Amino acid sequence: MITALIFYMFAAILVASGVMVISARNPVHSVLFLILCFFNAAGLFLLLGAEFLAMVLVVVYVGAVAVLFLFVVMMLDINVAELRAGFLQYLPTGALIGVILLAELLAMFGGWAFAPDVEAIVQHQIPAVGHVTNTEALGRLLYTDYAYLFQASGVLLLIAMVGTILLTLRRREGVRKQKVADQIARTGRNSVEIRKVPTGGGI
Amino acid sequence: MFEIGLAQYLTVAAILFTLGVFGIFLNRKNVIIIMMSIELILLAVNLNLVAFSSFLNDLVGQVFAMFILTVAAAEAAIGLAIVVVFFRNRGTIAVEEISQLKG
Repeated sequence: MITALIFYMFAAILVASGVMVISARNPVHSVLFLILCFFNAAGLFLLLGAEFLAMVLVVVYVGAVAVLFLFVVMMLDINVAELRAGFLQYLPTGALIGVILLAELLAMFGGWAFAPDVEAIVQHQIPAVGHVTNTEALGRLLYTDYAYLFQASGVLLLIAMVGTILLTLRRREGVRKQKVADQIARTGRNSVEIRKVPTGGGI
Repeated sequence: MFEIGLAQYLTVAAILFTLGVFGIFLNRKNVIIIMMSIELILLAVNLNLVAFSSFLNDLVGQVFAMFILTVAAAEAAIGLAIVVVFFRNRGTIAVEEISQLKG
């Protein structure tokens, strides 16, 4: 009963903030509603027993991705009114396609059931509550059976990082920057000079 | 109604997915909102995977959801970098203007 109420609360706020994400006038408000969306999805994950993914969703999505969105939205000087022109023009087509898609999805969920031998295809059972935590079970699986895929996703993130830096890095002329290599390559011999100064005379 | 099963979770995920698709149609000019809609779609997919994982008692779904999170983070980073570079060059992020990328 309480679980159901909590589920409906999370689901309602999730859907409502999803609506606000796509319909808010100000992109900054959109990003903030996206953050609310992620928090409520994390709540649903918790209800499903996926604690680690819920925390990852909050840390990675809210802490990194959504803040990145916020950063970009605030950094770019966007003319919101210009970008929102034609908003109502696209509304009927979008609404039509959305309604059709939703109707199809819900119709599919209506006439759907698990196969009778579904238990046979379960590969790694979720351990019973109290034995191991969700995080530990996920870690055991991730570092053994899925180690290669885990490494591959690390490589993917590395490539994304290199690509992002490469795209946004620019060299500007006339900017005085620290030249670390030059500083390290300096020796005492070519930077300090010892002179004999005669008494009473100058240099 | 008060028995929360797989169907409820799938319905929420379906609504969220539809909202994402709808958002792409609605905000056809603002590429940042389009990327946020894509995030909504990926969130809906993750919700589906975790729901199936929980109700089928199979942990692999959660592993897969984690990989999707990775891909989504990489996609957001690269996409926003492209948007920033484009804005720097052209001074706008309207989608119709993005035609100089074609070969």
